[in-house]
Amino acid sequence: MSELRTSAEIGGMGHSVKRKEDPRFIRGKGTYVDDIIRPGMLYMDIVRSPYAHAKIKSINSEKALAHPGVAAVITGETLKEYNLHWMPTLMSDTQMVLPTDEVMYQAQEVAAVIATSRYAAADGVELVEVDYEPLPVLVDPFKALEPGAPVLRHDKEGQKDNLIWHWEAGDRDATAKAFESADVTIKQDIYIPRITVASIETCGIVAEFDSVEGQLTCWMTSQAPHAHRTVFAMVAGHVGLSEEKIRIISPDLGGGFGGKVPIYPGYVIAIAATVVTGAPIKWIEDRRENMQADSFGRDYHMTAELAADKDGTMKALRIKTIADHGYTDAATQPSKWPAGLFSICTGSYPFENAFVEVDGVYTNKPPGGIAYRCSFRVTEAVHAIERLVDILADEIDMDPAELRLKNFIPKEAFPYKSVLGWEYDSGDYAGALNLAMKRIGYADLLKEQKEKRAKGELMGIGISSFTEVVGAGNSRDFDILGLKMFDSAEIRVHPTGKVICRIGVQTQGQGHETTFGQIVAEELGIPIADIKVEHGDTDTAPYGLGTYASRSTPVAGAATAVASRKIRDKARKIAAYLLEVGEDDLEWEPGKFFVKGVPDKFKTIQDVAFAAYTNFPEGMEAGLEAVSYYDPPNMTYPFGSYICVVDVDGKTGEVKVRRFMAVDDCGNIINPMIVEGQIHGGLTMGLAPALFEEISYDEEGNIRGGSFMDYLMPTAMETPKWETDKTTTPSPHHPLGAKGVGESATVGAPAAIVNAVVDALSHLGVRHLEIPMTPERVWQAIRSATQAGNGS
Amino acid sequence: MATQEISITVNGTTHTSEVEPRLLLVHFIRENLGLTGTHIGCDTTHCGACTVMLDGTAVKSCTVFSVQANGKEITTIEGMTKNGELHPLQAGFMEKHGLQCGFCTPGMIMSSHALLQKNPHPSEEEIRWGISGNLCRCTGYVNIVKAVQYAADNL
Repeated sequence: MSELRTSAEIGGMGHSVKRKEDPRFIRGKGTYVDDIIRPGMLYMDIVRSPYAHAKIKSINSEKALAHPGVAAVITGETLKEYNLHWMPTLMSDTQMVLPTDEVMYQAQEVAAVIATSRYAAADGVELVEVDYEPLPVLVDPFKALEPGAPVLRHDKEGQKDNLIWHWEAGDRDATAKAFESADVTIKQDIYIPRITVASIETCGIVAEFDSVEGQLTCWMTSQAPHAHRTVFAMVAGHVGLSEEKIRIISPDLGGGFGGKVPIYPGYVIAIAATVVTGAPIKWIEDRRENMQADSFGRDYHMTAELAADKDGTMKALRIKTIADHGYTDAATQPSKWPAGLFSICTGSYPFENAFVEVDGVYTNKPPGGIAYRCSFRVTEAVHAIERLVDILADEIDMDPAELRLKNFIPKEAFPYKSVLGWEYDSGDYAGALNLAMKRIGYADLLKEQKEKRAKGELMGIGISSFTEVVGAGNSRDFDILGLKMFDSAEIRVHPTGKVICRIGVQTQGQGHETTFGQIVAEELGIPIADIKVEHGDTDTAPYGLGTYASRSTPVAGAATAVASRKIRDKARKIAAYLLEVGEDDLEWEPGKFFVKGVPDKFKTIQDVAFAAYTNFPEGMEAGLEAVSYYDPPNMTYPFGSYICVVDVDGKTGEVKVRRFMAVDDCGNIINPMIVEGQIHGGLTMGLAPALFEEISYDEEGNIRGGSFMDYLMPTAMETPKWETDKTTTPSPHHPLGAKGVGESATVGAPAAIVNAVVDALSHLGVRHLEIPMTPERVWQAIRSATQAGNGS
Repeated sequence: MATQEISITVNGTTHTSEVEPRLLLVHFIRENLGLTGTHIGCDTTHCGACTVMLDGTAVKSCTVFSVQANGKEITTIEGMTKNGELHPLQAGFMEKHGLQCGFCTPGMIMSSHALLQKNPHPSEEEIRWGISGNLCRCTGYVNIVKAVQYAADNL
């Protein structure tokens, strides 16, 4: 958006309004779930399996129950009485809440101890005696797919192997033909390891059942409170917990990044525990539990191929993927997309042919497959295509920037329909890359690299030009357990012109209380200071599907704009009545209606608000409020080009990101300060898996590490000073021309960093590196390459 | 379990309590005193969300027993605002958009407070080093560094 339509005092779109949520956080006055204390509250702690696969022969709770302060021990047998020992996952698979016979992954919940304090509950956990009989463990998804592999899910009728689903998109035969006739083909195995979101706040719940009213109230770490309430009602409706008697309050959340979308067994056990004991129950995970048992991200084993002409024109793409989903398919993705939106993997390029297939596989690992700061598997898709483009550039000896600029979908081609079925709304990919190259001084960097190489120094430049797909998501195609993925806003203008706006999405740090207020300010001209935004309480907020996959601005933001416009339409009628003119005689500028050609004759939106309750036309209903349940016509497609410069220490393999230039295009921007902050955070979450983070398991299914002592996250020391810029290509179908941005940087950054490190080593013959590019891995690559005789 | 009497001055007020010797300082602050601005993020002293000042030194209160703080003075995030006036660090975090979810923020502010007491005019590198014991998963640190610089300029 080129110009501001509102004053700084009103603070509509384009203003870097300071965040309304900050005053409480900087004083330590936020309210996170662990801050909730209820009278008579008991604490829950969980007994977890030390084995990745074992039979449970017996559970003895006697010693635990005899410990001072321990009130109850809940096992699978306890829950079985209520048929609550299993629950559906968000992908319509089934998941144990507590097992009665068998554990399927290390750290699986086996029993819960309820006690008068955290410490007594932890004591009780130590005293629960579980007798296990270890069973053979399957941790490798390739081995799990081999004929004759033990079938892990023998609880599922008709399940004869460990394949969860096979999914494919595109034309297999036409793609094969294109590969046969191509001048150049390249093929690369790429593994995107299992990682964890590690939001600094772990997950937790305070569950309180009022047996007189039959009312359940849960304060919980939820990115999707309404959807969670409905799922709880579906799970426990048969024991009398019906939806109108469940209230989910998601207070301040200490980060989410997708990890607070799934329903974890701990939540359900705590709910059962409050019903059984009659006391409020608090369960807060510790960090080990969070890392060992919560849903993971990524874990895609890809074999990616690209076919092109000699001149670099890209023709066809083919990717086969094995997706390790652990013991159950608890992925958080729209029901119709088993592999999420992975088929966006054709990226920013107009492939004529493409074919993608994914096999979901059961293993003895924690379940999941969340969209970790990513709109449903787009990170993996972008990583694959942006690595392939660089490998092709290397193969045909072409500059990777030139190769991209040659192939990009041209801006005149939008709306563009990709061969795998996505209709991209708008884009100017060359514009973003050209700006990034200019800002970072690409030509000078190439020169510098040449000089350094001559001196034996390792410097690399890497590009990633990504296309995102966000805003799930039109109700035709997107649903979670049948719940269609619209989103909502409900706006009430009070008589004095002050506003309450309630939205169906839930912030985890994105600044919704500010951003959504700015949308209302933009549309109604009411100052941001007079607008209160609420969310996260199912008793008051309109039904919505929650915040993840960058859907808040694209969907609930659109709902907020539409509801505001409904209010403006009614306000116009009232203003015409007050000014004694026809509606068509009025002009609107943010904050007031004035008579055309007579700017002195006007009514402010505040005048109209008061009149809506005191002096409105006969036959009109009183009040000034509106609701919108917005069903987007299409996804939105933010994009960008990132350029990363690294220096690699040839002796230690250490990678230093010297510069990182990120040019993003997320359409019209509501709050530039917040958008920039989202990009900084996203880039850091892209840097992390590229260089540091990985969750791995040994052959027995033991997690290697599992606390912050060994799961390396970037601190301020490792994180570069991010440089950002933007281009603006509005979405043609979003009411505000906005697109969403929260995940773009996480999606786009890893490939840029890998491309840079590979570029630093390419003259040695290195063509690919797996992530995380730890010093050891990089050093090994250098050593193998130099031993092969390619080194200087 | 046997208990022990402790007396700790928190944000200028002295509290005397009977506690189990194993009670962590962070739980004493959060649950016994109801000061919930100090957060728990990891249990292993890595994330820094529980950082408080103990007799003028920044400590991670998840790995200090409350009995170890007996007779000592503690400042938590709630003690940073004096007479309704924000501390320049608090103002800096808001001005420079140094927070998003806000969960790590109190710990970040306390660590930065310790840094600025020792080094009132730190360089960017010194600030990054000073907060390297605090993890933030939202902001990418760039704006946190700016927030601390803002505070240094306004102290």
